[in-house]
Amino acid sequence: MTDNIIEIKNLYRYFDKVKALDGVSLDIKRGSVVVVIGPSGSGKSTMLRCINHLEEPTSGEIYVDGELLTGEQKQLNEVRADIGMVFQLFNLYPHLTAKENITLAQKVVQGRTEEEANRIAMEKLIRVGIAEKADVYPSNLSGGQQQRVAIARALAMDPKIMLFDEPTSALDPEMIKEVLDVMLDLAEEGMTMVVVTHEMGFARAAADEVIFMDEGMIVEQTTPDGLFNNPQHERTKLFLSQILQH
Amino acid sequence: MGDIYHTDPEIETIEDLSGKRTFASLPWWLYALILVIVYTAWSVYTRENLREAFDFIIQGIGTTISAAILSYLIAIVLGLIAGLGRMSKNIIFNNIATFYVEFIRGIPMLVLIFFIGLVGVPTAISWLNELGFTLITNKDISTYSRAIAALSITYGAFLAEIFRAGIQSIGKGQMEAARSQGMSFGQTMRYVILPQAIRNVLPALGNDFVAMVKDSSLVSLLAVGDITYEAKLYSGSSFRFKEAYTILTILYLMMTVALSSLLRVFERRLRND
Repeated sequence: MTDNIIEIKNLYRYFDKVKALDGVSLDIKRGSVVVVIGPSGSGKSTMLRCINHLEEPTSGEIYVDGELLTGEQKQLNEVRADIGMVFQLFNLYPHLTAKENITLAQKVVQGRTEEEANRIAMEKLIRVGIAEKADVYPSNLSGGQQQRVAIARALAMDPKIMLFDEPTSALDPEMIKEVLDVMLDLAEEGMTMVVVTHEMGFARAAADEVIFMDEGMIVEQTTPDGLFNNPQHERTKLFLSQILQH
Repeated sequence: MGDIYHTDPEIETIEDLSGKRTFASLPWWLYALILVIVYTAWSVYTRENLREAFDFIIQGIGTTISAAILSYLIAIVLGLIAGLGRMSKNIIFNNIATFYVEFIRGIPMLVLIFFIGLVGVPTAISWLNELGFTLITNKDISTYSRAIAALSITYGAFLAEIFRAGIQSIGKGQMEAARSQGMSFGQTMRYVILPQAIRNVLPALGNDFVAMVKDSSLVSLLAVGDITYEAKLYSGSSFRFKEAYTILTILYLMMTVALSSLLRVFERRLRND
Protein backbone atom coordinates (compact mmCIF):
# COMPACT_ATOMS: atom_id res chain seq x y z
CA MET A 1 0.00 0.00 0.00
CA THR A 2 1.47 3.27 -1.04
CA ASP A 3 1.37 6.42 0.99
CA ASN A 4 -0.48 8.23 -1.78
CA ILE A 5 -4.18 7.56 -2.24
CA ILE A 6 -4.25 9.48 -5.52
CA GLU A 7 -1.44 9.90 -8.02
CA ILE A 8 -2.00 12.04 -11.08
CA LYS A 9 0.66 11.91 -13.76
CA ASN A 10 0.83 14.25 -16.75
CA LEU A 11 -2.88 14.81 -17.02
CA TYR A 12 -4.14 16.58 -20.13
CA ARG A 13 -7.73 17.35 -20.94
CA TYR A 14 -8.86 19.16 -24.07
CA PHE A 15 -12.35 20.37 -24.86
CA ASP A 16 -12.14 20.40 -28.63
CA LYS A 17 -9.13 22.67 -29.07
CA VAL A 18 -9.31 24.30 -25.65
CA LYS A 19 -6.80 23.04 -23.13
CA ALA A 20 -8.59 22.67 -19.80
CA LEU A 21 -5.74 20.73 -18.22
CA ASP A 22 -2.22 21.24 -19.46
CA GLY A 23 -0.02 18.62 -17.89
CA VAL A 24 -1.04 18.26 -14.26
CA SER A 25 0.84 15.97 -11.91
CA LEU A 26 -0.17 15.67 -8.30
CA ASP A 27 0.14 13.22 -5.40
CA ILE A 28 -2.41 13.22 -2.64
CA LYS A 29 -1.38 11.65 0.64
CA ARG A 30 -3.67 9.44 2.64
CA GLY A 31 -5.37 11.46 5.35
CA SER A 32 -4.44 14.85 3.94
CA VAL A 33 -6.70 17.75 3.10
CA VAL A 34 -5.84 19.40 -0.19
CA VAL A 35 -7.55 22.64 -1.13
CA VAL A 36 -7.47 23.70 -4.77
CA ILE A 37 -7.91 27.37 -5.56
CA GLY A 38 -7.59 29.45 -8.69
CA PRO A 39 -9.54 31.71 -11.04
CA SER A 40 -12.56 30.33 -12.82
CA GLY A 41 -11.63 28.40 -15.92
CA SER A 42 -8.29 27.43 -14.44
CA GLY A 43 -9.07 23.70 -14.61
CA LYS A 44 -9.67 23.05 -10.89
CA SER A 45 -13.03 21.36 -11.36
CA THR A 46 -11.89 19.51 -14.45
CA MET A 47 -8.97 18.04 -12.53
CA LEU A 48 -11.26 16.99 -9.70
CA ARG A 49 -13.73 15.42 -12.10
CA CYS A 50 -10.96 13.54 -13.88
CA ILE A 51 -10.04 11.79 -10.62
CA ASN A 52 -13.21 9.66 -10.81
CA HIS A 53 -13.46 9.87 -14.60
CA LEU A 54 -16.64 11.95 -14.64
CA GLU A 55 -14.47 13.80 -17.11
CA GLU A 56 -12.46 11.54 -19.39
CA PRO A 57 -8.80 12.57 -19.46
CA THR A 58 -7.42 13.21 -22.94
CA SER A 59 -4.11 11.74 -21.83
CA GLY A 60 -2.22 11.02 -18.66
CA GLU A 61 -2.50 8.52 -15.85
CA ILE A 62 -4.51 8.47 -12.67
CA TYR A 63 -3.84 5.97 -9.90
CA VAL A 64 -6.37 5.50 -7.13
CA ASP A 65 -4.96 3.57 -4.21
CA GLY A 66 -2.20 2.26 -6.47
CA GLU A 67 -4.59 1.09 -9.19
CA LEU A 68 -4.34 2.63 -12.66
CA LEU A 69 -7.70 3.81 -13.99
CA THR A 70 -8.20 2.40 -17.45
CA GLY A 71 -11.59 3.89 -18.29
CA GLU A 72 -13.10 0.40 -18.35
CA GLN A 73 -16.64 0.63 -16.97
CA LYS A 74 -16.57 -2.19 -14.44
CA GLN A 75 -13.36 -0.99 -12.87
CA LEU A 76 -14.64 2.59 -12.85
CA ASN A 77 -17.83 1.62 -11.04
CA GLU A 78 -15.80 -0.14 -8.36
CA VAL A 79 -13.35 2.72 -7.95
CA ARG A 80 -16.07 5.36 -7.92
CA ALA A 81 -17.85 3.61 -5.07
CA ASP A 82 -14.72 4.34 -3.00
CA ILE A 83 -14.59 8.01 -3.99
CA GLY A 84 -17.21 10.27 -2.47
CA MET A 85 -18.13 13.32 -4.49
CA VAL A 86 -19.99 16.43 -3.46
CA PHE A 87 -21.23 18.77 -6.18
CA GLN A 88 -21.76 22.50 -6.35
CA LEU A 89 -25.47 22.03 -7.11
CA PHE A 90 -25.91 19.16 -4.59
CA ASN A 91 -27.50 16.88 -7.21
CA LEU A 92 -29.72 15.12 -4.72
CA TYR A 93 -32.26 12.74 -6.25
CA PRO A 94 -35.45 14.85 -6.06
CA HIS A 95 -37.84 11.87 -6.19
CA LEU A 96 -36.35 10.34 -3.04
CA THR A 97 -36.39 11.47 0.59
CA ALA A 98 -33.17 12.50 2.30
CA LYS A 99 -32.80 9.04 3.78
CA GLU A 100 -33.60 7.28 0.50
CA ASN A 101 -31.02 9.47 -1.23
CA ILE A 102 -28.46 7.99 1.12
CA THR A 103 -29.61 4.36 0.97
CA LEU A 104 -30.00 3.97 -2.82
CA ALA A 105 -26.38 3.41 -3.82
CA GLN A 106 -25.67 1.46 -0.65
CA LYS A 107 -28.29 -1.07 -1.70
CA VAL A 108 -27.67 -1.05 -5.43
CA VAL A 109 -23.89 -0.82 -5.49
CA GLN A 110 -22.78 -2.34 -2.21
CA GLY A 111 -25.63 -4.80 -1.83
CA ARG A 112 -26.47 -3.77 1.70
CA THR A 113 -29.82 -4.78 3.11
CA GLU A 114 -32.59 -2.24 3.63
CA GLU A 115 -32.10 -2.26 7.43
CA GLU A 116 -28.35 -1.91 7.24
CA ALA A 117 -28.56 0.88 4.68
CA ASN A 118 -31.17 2.68 6.78
CA ARG A 119 -29.07 2.35 9.92
CA ILE A 120 -26.01 3.77 8.17
CA ALA A 121 -28.09 6.54 6.57
CA MET A 122 -29.38 7.65 9.97
CA GLU A 123 -25.88 7.48 11.39
CA LYS A 124 -24.60 9.81 8.66
CA LEU A 125 -27.58 12.14 8.93
CA ILE A 126 -26.89 12.50 12.65
CA ARG A 127 -23.27 13.19 11.83
CA VAL A 128 -24.18 16.07 9.51
CA GLY A 129 -26.75 17.27 12.03
CA ILE A 130 -30.06 16.84 10.23
CA ALA A 131 -31.45 13.51 11.40
CA GLU A 132 -34.86 15.13 11.83
CA LYS A 133 -35.04 15.70 8.06
CA ALA A 134 -34.67 12.03 7.16
CA ASP A 135 -38.10 11.70 5.57
CA VAL A 136 -38.18 15.09 3.86
CA TYR A 137 -37.82 15.50 0.11
CA PRO A 138 -34.95 17.66 -1.19
CA SER A 139 -37.32 20.34 -2.50
CA ASN A 140 -38.34 21.03 1.11
CA LEU A 141 -34.78 21.43 2.35
CA SER A 142 -32.68 24.59 2.33
CA GLY A 143 -29.54 24.69 0.21
CA GLY A 144 -27.32 24.12 3.21
CA GLN A 145 -29.40 21.18 4.35
CA GLN A 146 -29.36 19.69 0.87
CA GLN A 147 -25.61 19.92 0.70
CA ARG A 148 -25.28 18.25 4.09
CA VAL A 149 -27.50 15.40 2.89
CA ALA A 150 -25.27 15.15 -0.18
CA ILE A 151 -22.23 14.87 2.08
CA ALA A 152 -24.00 12.19 4.14
CA ARG A 153 -24.87 10.36 0.92
CA ALA A 154 -21.21 10.28 -0.09
CA LEU A 155 -20.04 9.26 3.40
CA ALA A 156 -22.46 6.32 3.54
CA MET A 157 -20.39 4.55 0.90
CA ASP A 158 -17.39 4.51 3.29
CA PRO A 159 -15.21 6.39 0.82
CA LYS A 160 -11.44 6.36 0.98
CA ILE A 161 -11.41 9.93 -0.21
CA MET A 162 -13.91 12.74 -0.60
CA LEU A 163 -13.94 15.18 -3.51
CA PHE A 164 -15.70 18.51 -3.08
CA ASP A 165 -16.45 20.53 -6.21
CA GLU A 166 -17.15 24.08 -4.99
CA PRO A 167 -19.55 22.78 -2.33
CA THR A 168 -20.56 26.21 -1.02
CA SER A 169 -20.62 28.27 -4.22
CA ALA A 170 -24.36 27.84 -4.78
CA LEU A 171 -25.31 28.58 -1.18
CA ASP A 172 -26.71 31.71 0.39
CA PRO A 173 -24.10 33.29 2.67
CA GLU A 174 -25.87 32.33 5.89
CA MET A 175 -25.76 28.66 4.93
CA ILE A 176 -22.12 28.42 4.02
CA LYS A 177 -20.98 27.98 7.60
CA GLU A 178 -23.13 24.94 8.36
CA VAL A 179 -21.62 23.12 5.40
CA LEU A 180 -18.05 24.22 6.13
CA ASP A 181 -18.47 23.11 9.76
CA VAL A 182 -19.34 19.60 8.60
CA MET A 183 -16.33 19.62 6.30
CA LEU A 184 -14.03 20.84 9.07
CA ASP A 185 -15.25 18.00 11.31
CA LEU A 186 -14.50 15.52 8.55
CA ALA A 187 -11.02 16.95 8.08
CA GLU A 188 -10.32 16.67 11.81
CA GLU A 189 -11.43 13.05 11.79
CA GLY A 190 -8.71 12.35 9.24
CA MET A 191 -10.76 11.96 6.06
CA THR A 192 -8.72 12.43 2.91
CA MET A 193 -10.24 15.37 1.09
CA VAL A 194 -9.69 17.29 -2.11
CA VAL A 195 -11.66 20.52 -2.02
CA VAL A 196 -12.11 22.97 -4.86
CA THR A 197 -13.33 26.14 -3.23
CA HIS A 198 -13.21 29.89 -2.99
CA GLU A 199 -13.47 29.76 0.80
CA MET A 200 -10.03 30.92 1.85
CA GLY A 201 -11.01 30.68 5.51
CA PHE A 202 -11.56 26.96 5.08
CA ALA A 203 -8.22 26.62 3.31
CA ARG A 204 -6.41 28.33 6.18
CA ALA A 205 -8.21 26.34 8.85
CA ALA A 206 -8.23 22.85 7.40
CA ALA A 207 -5.80 22.43 4.53
CA ASP A 208 -2.55 20.53 4.79
CA GLU A 209 -1.72 21.68 1.30
CA VAL A 210 -3.06 24.43 -0.91
CA ILE A 211 -2.75 24.21 -4.67
CA PHE A 212 -3.06 27.24 -6.87
CA MET A 213 -4.04 26.49 -10.45
CA ASP A 214 -4.13 28.76 -13.45
CA GLU A 215 -4.63 28.04 -17.15
CA GLY A 216 -4.76 24.31 -16.63
CA MET A 217 -1.52 24.07 -14.71
CA ILE A 218 -0.52 23.82 -11.08
CA VAL A 219 1.31 27.07 -10.44
CA GLU A 220 2.03 26.69 -6.77
CA GLN A 221 1.70 23.87 -4.26
CA THR A 222 2.48 24.64 -0.66
CA THR A 223 1.12 24.98 2.89
CA PRO A 224 -1.69 27.44 3.61
CA ASP A 225 0.73 29.56 5.54
CA GLY A 226 3.19 29.58 2.68
CA LEU A 227 0.59 30.42 0.09
CA PHE A 228 -1.26 33.16 1.89
CA ASN A 229 1.69 34.81 3.60
CA ASN A 230 4.50 34.17 1.19
CA PRO A 231 3.26 33.43 -2.34
CA GLN A 232 6.12 32.75 -4.76
CA HIS A 233 4.55 33.41 -8.14
CA GLU A 234 3.27 36.61 -9.66
CA ARG A 235 0.03 34.97 -10.75
CA THR A 236 -0.64 33.70 -7.24
CA LYS A 237 -0.01 37.13 -5.78
CA LEU A 238 -2.31 38.73 -8.29
CA PHE A 239 -5.10 36.22 -7.62
CA LEU A 240 -4.77 36.56 -3.85
CA SER A 241 -4.73 40.34 -4.01
CA GLN A 242 -7.92 40.23 -6.04
CA ILE A 243 -9.86 37.98 -3.70
CA LEU A 244 -8.49 39.13 -0.36
CA GLN A 245 -9.07 42.83 -0.91
CA HIS A 246 -12.49 42.88 0.63
CA MET B 1 -45.69 14.38 -32.37
CA GLY B 2 -48.42 14.16 -34.96
CA ASP B 3 -50.40 17.17 -33.92
CA ILE B 4 -53.75 16.12 -35.31
CA TYR B 5 -53.84 13.16 -32.98
CA HIS B 6 -53.05 15.06 -29.86
CA THR B 7 -55.44 17.60 -28.63
CA ASP B 8 -54.79 19.13 -25.29
CA PRO B 9 -57.86 21.18 -24.50
CA GLU B 10 -57.38 23.86 -21.91
CA ILE B 11 -59.49 22.30 -19.24
CA GLU B 12 -58.35 24.35 -16.29
CA THR B 13 -61.02 26.69 -15.14
CA ILE B 14 -60.05 30.22 -14.40
CA GLU B 15 -60.37 31.22 -10.81
CA ASP B 16 -60.71 34.74 -9.57
CA LEU B 17 -58.34 36.19 -6.98
CA SER B 18 -60.29 34.96 -3.99
CA GLY B 19 -60.05 31.42 -5.42
CA LYS B 20 -63.81 31.24 -5.96
CA ARG B 21 -65.19 30.29 -9.31
CA THR B 22 -67.12 33.05 -10.95
CA PHE B 23 -70.18 32.51 -13.08
CA ALA B 24 -68.21 33.22 -16.23
CA SER B 25 -65.39 30.87 -15.31
CA LEU B 26 -67.56 27.79 -14.87
CA PRO B 27 -66.77 25.09 -17.48
CA TRP B 28 -69.94 25.57 -19.53
CA TRP B 29 -68.53 23.61 -22.40
CA LEU B 30 -68.19 20.58 -20.14
CA TYR B 31 -71.79 20.91 -18.96
CA ALA B 32 -72.87 21.12 -22.60
CA LEU B 33 -70.93 17.97 -23.44
CA ILE B 34 -72.46 16.13 -20.52
CA LEU B 35 -75.90 17.39 -21.54
CA VAL B 36 -75.41 16.03 -25.07
CA ILE B 37 -74.35 12.66 -23.66
CA VAL B 38 -77.24 12.52 -21.19
CA TYR B 39 -79.75 13.54 -23.84
CA THR B 40 -78.53 10.81 -26.19
CA ALA B 41 -78.59 8.21 -23.44
CA TRP B 42 -82.15 9.18 -22.66
CA SER B 43 -83.08 8.93 -26.34
CA VAL B 44 -81.54 5.47 -26.55
CA TYR B 45 -83.65 4.49 -23.58
CA THR B 46 -86.89 5.81 -25.01
CA ARG B 47 -86.59 5.34 -28.77
CA GLU B 48 -86.78 1.89 -30.31
CA ASN B 49 -84.66 2.69 -33.39
CA LEU B 50 -81.81 4.10 -31.42
CA ARG B 51 -81.93 1.29 -28.89
CA GLU B 52 -81.63 -1.28 -31.63
CA ALA B 53 -78.62 0.50 -33.09
CA PHE B 54 -77.08 0.88 -29.66
CA ASP B 55 -77.52 -2.80 -28.80
CA PHE B 56 -75.81 -3.76 -32.03
CA ILE B 57 -72.90 -1.34 -31.86
CA ILE B 58 -72.15 -1.87 -28.18
CA GLN B 59 -71.09 -5.44 -29.02
CA GLY B 60 -67.81 -3.91 -30.19
CA ILE B 61 -67.02 -1.98 -27.01
CA GLY B 62 -64.93 -4.79 -25.50
CA THR B 63 -62.81 -4.95 -28.64
CA THR B 64 -62.35 -1.18 -28.72
CA ILE B 65 -61.27 -1.02 -25.09
CA SER B 66 -59.04 -4.09 -25.16
CA ALA B 67 -57.40 -3.01 -28.42
CA ALA B 68 -56.66 0.43 -27.01
CA ILE B 69 -55.26 -0.84 -23.71
CA LEU B 70 -53.27 -3.73 -25.13
CA SER B 71 -51.78 -1.66 -27.95
CA TYR B 72 -50.92 1.11 -25.54
CA LEU B 73 -49.09 -1.21 -23.17
CA ILE B 74 -47.04 -2.67 -26.02
CA ALA B 75 -46.44 0.85 -27.38
CA ILE B 76 -45.03 1.93 -23.99
CA VAL B 77 -42.46 -0.86 -24.10
CA LEU B 78 -41.56 -0.13 -27.73
CA GLY B 79 -41.48 3.60 -27.06
CA LEU B 80 -39.21 3.23 -24.06
CA ILE B 81 -36.75 1.07 -26.00
CA ALA B 82 -36.83 3.35 -29.04
CA GLY B 83 -36.60 6.47 -26.87
CA LEU B 84 -33.49 5.13 -25.15
CA GLY B 85 -32.15 4.12 -28.55
CA ARG B 86 -32.59 7.64 -29.86
CA MET B 87 -30.24 8.87 -27.14
CA SER B 88 -27.83 5.97 -27.23
CA LYS B 89 -24.20 6.48 -28.19
CA ASN B 90 -24.27 3.05 -29.82
CA ILE B 91 -24.42 3.87 -33.54
CA ILE B 92 -26.37 0.77 -34.58
CA PHE B 93 -28.97 0.99 -31.81
CA ASN B 94 -29.31 4.73 -32.33
CA ASN B 95 -29.81 4.46 -36.09
CA ILE B 96 -32.30 1.62 -35.86
CA ALA B 97 -34.34 3.59 -33.32
CA THR B 98 -34.19 6.78 -35.37
CA PHE B 99 -35.12 4.91 -38.56
CA TYR B 100 -38.14 3.44 -36.80
CA VAL B 101 -39.35 6.77 -35.42
CA GLU B 102 -38.82 8.72 -38.64
CA PHE B 103 -40.36 5.97 -40.79
CA ILE B 104 -43.54 5.87 -38.72
CA ARG B 105 -43.84 9.62 -38.35
CA GLY B 106 -43.59 10.11 -42.08
CA ILE B 107 -46.70 8.10 -42.92
CA PRO B 108 -50.38 8.85 -42.29
CA MET B 109 -51.81 6.63 -39.59
CA LEU B 110 -54.54 5.40 -41.90
CA VAL B 111 -51.94 4.13 -44.34
CA LEU B 112 -49.85 2.64 -41.54
CA ILE B 113 -52.76 0.54 -40.33
CA PHE B 114 -53.12 -0.98 -43.80
CA PHE B 115 -49.39 -1.30 -44.33
CA ILE B 116 -48.50 -2.93 -41.02
CA GLY B 117 -51.60 -5.10 -40.91
CA LEU B 118 -51.55 -6.30 -44.51
CA VAL B 119 -47.89 -5.99 -45.53
CA GLY B 120 -45.66 -5.69 -42.46
CA VAL B 121 -47.04 -8.54 -40.38
CA PRO B 122 -47.34 -11.09 -43.26
CA THR B 123 -43.83 -10.22 -44.50
CA ALA B 124 -42.35 -10.60 -41.05
CA ILE B 125 -44.05 -13.97 -40.63
CA SER B 126 -42.87 -15.31 -43.98
CA TRP B 127 -39.31 -14.17 -43.24
CA LEU B 128 -39.46 -15.98 -39.93
CA ASN B 129 -40.75 -19.05 -41.71
CA GLU B 130 -37.93 -18.91 -44.25
CA LEU B 131 -35.49 -18.80 -41.37
CA GLY B 132 -36.97 -22.07 -40.15
CA PHE B 133 -39.39 -20.92 -37.48
CA THR B 134 -42.47 -22.60 -38.93
CA LEU B 135 -44.46 -22.18 -35.75
CA ILE B 136 -47.17 -20.06 -37.26
CA THR B 137 -48.43 -19.17 -40.69
CA ASN B 138 -50.20 -16.04 -41.79
CA LYS B 139 -53.52 -17.81 -41.52
CA ASP B 140 -52.98 -18.12 -37.78
CA ILE B 141 -52.60 -14.38 -37.34
CA SER B 142 -56.02 -12.92 -36.62
CA THR B 143 -57.03 -9.52 -37.87
CA TYR B 144 -57.22 -8.49 -34.23
CA SER B 145 -53.53 -9.33 -33.71
CA ARG B 146 -52.62 -7.46 -36.88
CA ALA B 147 -54.54 -4.46 -35.65
CA ILE B 148 -52.78 -4.57 -32.27
CA ALA B 149 -49.43 -4.79 -34.06
CA ALA B 150 -50.31 -1.83 -36.26
CA LEU B 151 -51.53 0.40 -33.44
CA SER B 152 -48.69 -0.43 -31.06
CA ILE B 153 -45.93 -0.03 -33.62
CA THR B 154 -47.39 3.32 -34.68
CA TYR B 155 -47.83 4.63 -31.17
CA GLY B 156 -44.45 3.26 -30.09
CA ALA B 157 -42.82 5.84 -32.35
CA PHE B 158 -44.87 8.69 -30.83
CA LEU B 159 -44.17 7.54 -27.29
CA ALA B 160 -40.46 7.21 -28.09
CA GLU B 161 -40.31 10.96 -28.63
CA ILE B 162 -42.19 11.61 -25.39
CA PHE B 163 -39.82 9.39 -23.41
CA ARG B 164 -36.81 10.98 -25.07
CA ALA B 165 -38.00 14.45 -24.15
CA GLY B 166 -38.72 13.25 -20.61
CA ILE B 167 -35.29 11.76 -20.13
CA GLN B 168 -33.58 14.78 -21.62
CA SER B 169 -35.46 17.01 -19.21
CA ILE B 170 -33.53 15.45 -16.32
CA GLY B 171 -30.38 17.43 -15.55
CA LYS B 172 -26.92 16.05 -16.25
CA GLY B 173 -26.11 16.34 -12.56
CA GLN B 174 -28.39 13.43 -11.73
CA MET B 175 -26.47 11.09 -13.99
CA GLU B 176 -23.17 12.37 -12.60
CA ALA B 177 -24.24 12.02 -8.98
CA ALA B 178 -25.37 8.43 -9.46
CA ARG B 179 -22.34 7.44 -11.54
CA SER B 180 -20.02 9.04 -8.98
CA GLN B 181 -21.46 6.65 -6.41
CA GLY B 182 -20.52 3.68 -8.54
CA MET B 183 -23.89 2.97 -10.10
CA SER B 184 -23.75 1.59 -13.64
CA PHE B 185 -25.47 3.37 -16.52
CA GLY B 186 -28.34 0.89 -16.41
CA GLN B 187 -28.79 1.20 -12.65
CA THR B 188 -28.76 4.98 -12.92
CA MET B 189 -31.42 4.89 -15.62
CA ARG B 190 -33.59 2.50 -13.65
CA TYR B 191 -33.38 4.05 -10.18
CA VAL B 192 -32.63 7.72 -10.82
CA ILE B 193 -33.42 8.96 -14.32
CA LEU B 194 -36.50 7.00 -15.43
CA PRO B 195 -38.55 7.45 -12.24
CA GLN B 196 -38.18 11.21 -12.64
CA ALA B 197 -38.59 11.22 -16.42
CA ILE B 198 -41.73 9.09 -16.39
CA ARG B 199 -43.28 11.28 -13.73
CA ASN B 200 -42.58 14.30 -15.92
CA VAL B 201 -44.21 12.75 -18.98
CA LEU B 202 -47.24 11.21 -17.26
CA PRO B 203 -49.58 13.99 -18.46
CA ALA B 204 -48.35 13.55 -22.04
CA LEU B 205 -48.72 9.78 -21.76
CA GLY B 206 -52.28 10.27 -20.53
CA ASN B 207 -53.13 12.51 -23.47
CA ASP B 208 -51.74 9.90 -25.80
CA PHE B 209 -53.86 7.21 -24.27
CA VAL B 210 -56.97 9.28 -24.99
CA ALA B 211 -55.70 9.67 -28.55
CA MET B 212 -55.16 5.92 -28.73
CA VAL B 213 -58.78 5.27 -27.77
CA LYS B 214 -59.86 7.45 -30.66
CA ASP B 215 -57.38 6.02 -33.14
CA SER B 216 -58.41 2.49 -32.24
CA SER B 217 -61.36 3.18 -34.55
CA LEU B 218 -58.93 2.67 -37.45
CA VAL B 219 -58.75 -1.04 -36.72
CA SER B 220 -62.23 -1.31 -38.24
CA LEU B 221 -60.44 -1.03 -41.60
CA LEU B 222 -58.90 -4.44 -40.95
CA ALA B 223 -62.37 -5.85 -40.29
CA VAL B 224 -61.79 -6.01 -36.55
CA GLY B 225 -65.13 -5.86 -34.75
CA ASP B 226 -64.75 -2.69 -32.70
CA ILE B 227 -67.58 -0.20 -32.25
CA THR B 228 -66.74 1.65 -35.47
CA TYR B 229 -66.84 -1.60 -37.43
CA GLU B 230 -70.15 -2.58 -35.82
CA ALA B 231 -71.60 0.83 -36.66
CA LYS B 232 -70.54 0.44 -40.28
CA LEU B 233 -72.01 -3.02 -40.35
CA TYR B 234 -75.29 -1.94 -38.78
CA SER B 235 -75.76 1.12 -40.96
CA GLY B 236 -74.83 -0.84 -44.08
CA SER B 237 -77.46 -3.48 -43.50
CA SER B 238 -80.24 -1.33 -42.02
CA PHE B 239 -79.57 1.96 -43.81
CA ARG B 240 -80.06 3.72 -40.46
CA PHE B 241 -76.96 5.88 -40.85
CA LYS B 242 -78.24 8.63 -38.60
CA GLU B 243 -78.84 6.32 -35.65
CA ALA B 244 -75.65 4.30 -36.11
CA TYR B 245 -73.25 7.22 -36.34
CA THR B 246 -74.93 9.25 -33.63
CA ILE B 247 -74.53 6.35 -31.23
CA LEU B 248 -70.94 5.81 -32.36
CA THR B 249 -70.03 9.48 -31.89
CA ILE B 250 -71.51 9.63 -28.43
CA LEU B 251 -69.79 6.41 -27.37
CA TYR B 252 -66.36 7.83 -28.23
CA LEU B 253 -67.24 11.13 -26.61
CA MET B 254 -68.26 9.40 -23.41
CA MET B 255 -64.98 7.52 -23.22
CA THR B 256 -62.75 10.49 -24.01
CA VAL B 257 -64.55 12.99 -21.78
CA ALA B 258 -64.45 10.53 -18.89
CA LEU B 259 -60.77 9.76 -19.46
CA SER B 260 -59.82 13.42 -19.81
CA SER B 261 -61.60 14.27 -16.58
CA LEU B 262 -59.83 11.45 -14.77
CA LEU B 263 -56.51 12.65 -16.16
CA ARG B 264 -57.20 16.18 -15.02
CA VAL B 265 -57.82 15.04 -11.45
CA PHE B 266 -54.74 12.85 -11.56
CA GLU B 267 -52.58 15.64 -12.97
CA ARG B 268 -53.72 18.06 -10.31
CA ARG B 269 -52.86 15.57 -7.61
CA LEU B 270 -49.45 15.02 -9.17
CA ARG B 271 -48.77 18.74 -9.21
CA ASN B 272 -49.81 19.22 -5.60
CA ASP B 273 -47.50 16.46 -4.38
